[in-house]
Amino acid sequence: MTFAKRHLLGIEPLHPTDITALLDHADRYAEMGRGSAKHGTALTGLTQINMFFENSTRTQASFELAGMRLGADVMNMSMQTSSVKKGETLIDTALTLNAMHPDLLVVRHPHSGAVNLLAEKVNCAVLNAGDGRHEHPTQALLDALTIRRAKGRLHRLNIAICGDIAHSRVARSNILLLGKMENRVKLVGPPTLIPSGAADWGVEVYEDMREGLAGADVVMMLRLQKERMDGGFIPSEREYYHRYGLDAEKLSHAKPDAIVMHPGPMNRGVEIDGTIADDINRSVIQEQVEMGVAVRMAAMELLAQNLKAEREAAHV
Amino acid sequence: MTAILFTNARLIDPEAQTDAPGWLLVRDGRIADRGTGAAPVVEARVIDAGGKCLAPGIVDIGVKTCEPGERHKESIRTAGAAAAAGGVTTMVTRPDTTPPIDTPEALEFVRRRGEQVSPVRMLPMAALTKARAGREMTEIGFLLDAGAAAFTDCDHVVTDTKVLTRAMTYARSLGALLIMHPQEPGLSSGAAVTSGKFASLRGLPAVSPMAERIGLERDLALVEMTRARYHADQITTAAALPALTRAKAGGLDVTAGVSIHHLTLNEFDVGDYRTFFKVKPPLRAEDDRLAMVEAVADGTIDIISSMHTPQDEESKRLPFEVAASGAVALETLLPAAMRLYHAGQLSLPQLFRAMALNPARRLGLETGTLAVEAPADLVLFDAHAPFLLDRFTLRSKSKNTPFDGMRMEGKVLMTLVAGAPVFERTA
Repeated sequence: MTFAKRHLLGIEPLHPTDITALLDHADRYAEMGRGSAKHGTALTGLTQINMFFENSTRTQASFELAGMRLGADVMNMSMQTSSVKKGETLIDTALTLNAMHPDLLVVRHPHSGAVNLLAEKVNCAVLNAGDGRHEHPTQALLDALTIRRAKGRLHRLNIAICGDIAHSRVARSNILLLGKMENRVKLVGPPTLIPSGAADWGVEVYEDMREGLAGADVVMMLRLQKERMDGGFIPSEREYYHRYGLDAEKLSHAKPDAIVMHPGPMNRGVEIDGTIADDINRSVIQEQVEMGVAVRMAAMELLAQNLKAEREAAHV
Repeated sequence: MTAILFTNARLIDPEAQTDAPGWLLVRDGRIADRGTGAAPVVEARVIDAGGKCLAPGIVDIGVKTCEPGERHKESIRTAGAAAAAGGVTTMVTRPDTTPPIDTPEALEFVRRRGEQVSPVRMLPMAALTKARAGREMTEIGFLLDAGAAAFTDCDHVVTDTKVLTRAMTYARSLGALLIMHPQEPGLSSGAAVTSGKFASLRGLPAVSPMAERIGLERDLALVEMTRARYHADQITTAAALPALTRAKAGGLDVTAGVSIHHLTLNEFDVGDYRTFFKVKPPLRAEDDRLAMVEAVADGTIDIISSMHTPQDEESKRLPFEVAASGAVALETLLPAAMRLYHAGQLSLPQLFRAMALNPARRLGLETGTLAVEAPADLVLFDAHAPFLLDRFTLRSKSKNTPFDGMRMEGKVLMTLVAGAPVFERTA
């Protein structure tokens, strides 16, 4: 199995074999994470820079830990307090960083496509840690790994993705990945939060939670951003919870062994009931966080291998 | 001024809707005579067209010259040179400069600059409201006296219908032409692409094509009320066409345009966030594009424009949703239009009706025709000459063309304004 990619910008350019190779690799790191010797050497001597143009705690920590466990020198740059505020363009920031010869660049940006733009201007491997409403590939991969470990397979599953699909890059990457792996994907949410044209994506669209969850093996909840709750997209938080919040009754329409997922951070009592989130028989939310580190280790290692091969080829 | 005799030409006559071999004699800045068969023996510079096309020069409504205010992007001189090389003999320029052209003094400045440095004719348009802010009308009367070709706030929609109604009523009393951008700004603000499957997958802020229809329906209702002379700058969606047809059938003084990009490109061309394809309104679905081509063919849409909008590299090398809109097109208008000809969708007389005759008539100009006695504003071009477009060969200061690297057909060989060559291809 190979993974012949320069960057990890999204799920869209990946082939199912790329996804399988990456997940197989990540499985090994998941086992390593549970052992006492958590260190690898795959990234020793390499420099990883985390550039986050948008606030993040969880994803940034996950990438940082993944890099450190593989021996990389990791630097975090919080771009919200940096020269970007002084008017420097994205390209200039990229060129400045490029001059420091990083090997892995992990980027989150509030604008869709910004990470693609940046990747065109640098010599290192770029990992998209979320760009606007476009893609968040490592999240989809860690979700896939979690599903595969819980269900024993990653195909022919009935998967419901629920909530704010329109503003979610997590949803887009998951729809692409789960579609490529040949699953039945259902989107469930109020019509104001379903993107236009979604029905043409090869998915089913439901406005009713009970219908959408019927027969589901996996129930994936999405975070509803606070700023969308004020009557612009939905009437109120409580009406949303009533109609779309995942509680025991709504979950009873899914298969009895259905797992519940959430990319975090959760709004308990908005999109998900606290007792569901904490139910260790149903919720795999903590496992998702664990798999996040493993998937990011695997992705960085594979990209670093390709980078090294490319550099060696250039020297011959 | 020496006379010029074109022999062995293919005359594209948008008035007669004919495309036939013939000769044409230019003398004293005007078309002196034309005919078929053997050319007369006269004292003139004889140009053997070798079967190439001779058509009226293009009248391009909606050119942005970026002067005053943004001369790092374009100037009247460079836009004029691009126009001449593109077969555009009259540039009708936009007032969305910095500052905007909203006073007779500012209009006088650009008009004079045009006379001094542009090789082709330049007719400036003026803003409809002061600072294009949609609150108070400009001095429409003085601006007309100063030579304003039409009045437009460009892509700023006048949202206050009371202000717009009064401006329309006042403009009607003076016979001024208003050019509006039909769009419902409540829906379209912040949008970078047309809503749909593609926009949603790319995660870009999008506008429904319905925003154009809502804007047009509103404008046309106000035209019905005020009887103003109205031109919609760009109609780009099939959903807007019925309103246009209805207004024309109802006897309103209404015309509509479309940009060459909306006739030749669609939303998928944006691909992986290619900002040179970001235009305003955004590129549409293929069905809409085809409907626009058909609307030009049947005359529902009257005018094709370049909507020439120079943007420098810094404005375009940004994430798609924050990158500037617009594309340069003066030089690529004709070869892009040839795509429609070679695809068998529009004939050359139909294309030149929309690019020369109709815009000239709408603005009350004598040009846009091959009629005897008309001003000799002409373009000689090879409709079949192939080339690969390299954006750095464009004469505009800004190189933001969506056609970069594309195969095109159609080269301008010579452009004449008032009988004088302003461009001749050497190679």
